[in-house]
Amino acid sequence: MHWIDYASPRSVKEATELLAERGERARILAGGTDLLVLLRAGVMDNVDLVVDGKSVPELNEVTYDPQAGLTLGAAVPCYKIYNNPKVTQAYPGLIDAASLIGGTQIQGRATLGGNLCNASPSGDSIPVMIALGGVANIAGPSGDRSVPIEDFCTAPRRTVMQPGEMLVSLHFPAPAPRSGAHYLRFIPRNEMDIAVVGAGVSVVLENGTIKSARVALASVAPTPLFVKEAGDALAGKPATEESVRIASALAQDAASPITDMRGTKEYRKHLCEVLTRRALLTAIERAKEA
Amino acid sequence: MSGKTHVQTTINGEHTDFLCEPRQSLLEVLRDVVGLTGTKEGCNDGNCGACTVILDGRIVTACLVLGVEAEGAEITTIEGIASGGILHPIQQAFLENAALQCGVCTPGFILASKALLDENPNPTEHEIRFWLANNLCRCTGYDKIVRAVLDAAATMQEV
Ligand SMILES: Cc1cc2nc3c(=O)[nH]c(=O)nc-3n(C[C@H](O)[C@H](O)[C@H](O)COP(=O)(O)OP(=O)(O)OC[C@H]3O[C@@H](n4cnc5c(N)ncnc54)[C@H](O)[C@@H]3O)c2cc1C
Ligand code: FES
Ligand code: FES
Repeated sequence: MHWIDYASPRSVKEATELLAERGERARILAGGTDLLVLLRAGVMDNVDLVVDGKSVPELNEVTYDPQAGLTLGAAVPCYKIYNNPKVTQAYPGLIDAASLIGGTQIQGRATLGGNLCNASPSGDSIPVMIALGGVANIAGPSGDRSVPIEDFCTAPRRTVMQPGEMLVSLHFPAPAPRSGAHYLRFIPRNEMDIAVVGAGVSVVLENGTIKSARVALASVAPTPLFVKEAGDALAGKPATEESVRIASALAQDAASPITDMRGTKEYRKHLCEVLTRRALLTAIERAKEA
Repeated sequence: MSGKTHVQTTINGEHTDFLCEPRQSLLEVLRDVVGLTGTKEGCNDGNCGACTVILDGRIVTACLVLGVEAEGAEITTIEGIASGGILHPIQQAFLENAALQCGVCTPGFILASKALLDENPNPTEHEIRFWLANNLCRCTGYDKIVRAVLDAAATMQEV
């Protein structure tokens, strides 16, 4: 690895000042499970400062309130998410994602903030965070702003964050009564692989009818893909497999996957339908039990 | 900012200070600076688990941690598993079940298995296989490793 400097700021202000000073040459370090791999691979040779997000208190916060929802600091590792009984209870969809990123060792470090900021089309936590209506809280030299997660990634490895800005936390609204979410991915093995396709969904039920739903996909476009029309098509429909098939066909239509070593575009298209349908059916089951 | 950083840690229960460059991984530091070569390097990118150590109670791949990040941390490596010349029951079970051939993956598997049994003393085979998914072995075919962990769990519950 080329030479890098390391800083462990104690506040968001100190961190954003460091980032602003070095611009593109500085990167936040969360779990490092993407960043250190990329630095070592020589694809980030311009980067000469890593700023440890784990030393900033706000980035380690996990606060859940049944009214206000969940605030998840950007540097909280996956295991702290799935070992938190309140989060497990309120956001099973988030737990699906946190417990399948890498294996046990990776989950000891990897964060959902890093998964989002890394902006890979295959980022496993991103579809379900979109489905849950999550918001990214960003701080920077010119103040704070909040961006819906579906608008955060702009291209592979590109985000809305400007030089000097950093992700402080992710916020998720409190789960509505009778709501459920699920993330499902297809990989050729049981663990430790990159999603061929992933589907993250959420539904809210009311008297046996779907009140609202959200669908997002991984690995089918240059960024994680929010398929608004698929969720919207479910509003007011009965919570049945027939309704779900309408939404999963729309998700399939919206996807524009490529062919690579993990699968052909035709196969990925097929998976979009299957995974969206299955994820929605599980989310509906969860909503009935919620 | 350049030069080496002074880092204070506790490794295998002993207070350990070291000097390292910010770009050096904890794996490099353990092996090349501290001289604890029991922790192995396989892939150097987080996939194989050969470099697994316990960092503040959680297993991590030491190749994906910077040495400087270990400031104030408690680290357990394979050198800290046996006590006073007596093998840990997991080490004993690996020997008795022939759960190693070349041995490069073994320290990582033993640390990962120890962390599992500390958290879940009576895991199912399924739980063991999922927990150890971040550890690769090119020699044994895994089955003997899983048997060894099941055996170790049984032994450790007897005592
Ligand atoms: C063996 C292995 C298996 C993996 N398996 C999976 C998998 O199954 N699914 C999956 O989706 N990913 C997987 N990954 C990729 C990686 O683990 C995840 O993307 C993880 O969530 C990244 O989080 P991190 O905290 O380690 O991020 P880091 O590596 O610390 O950061 C990632 C990027 O985001 C930036 N960043 C991080 N935090 C902030 C912040 N607060 N503000 C601004 N920028 C920030 C960093 O500068 C960097 O560019 C795997 C990686 C490895 C090595
Ligand atoms: S050497 Fe660290 S995981 Fe392979
Ligand atoms: S014993 Fe050789 S890699 Fe596992």
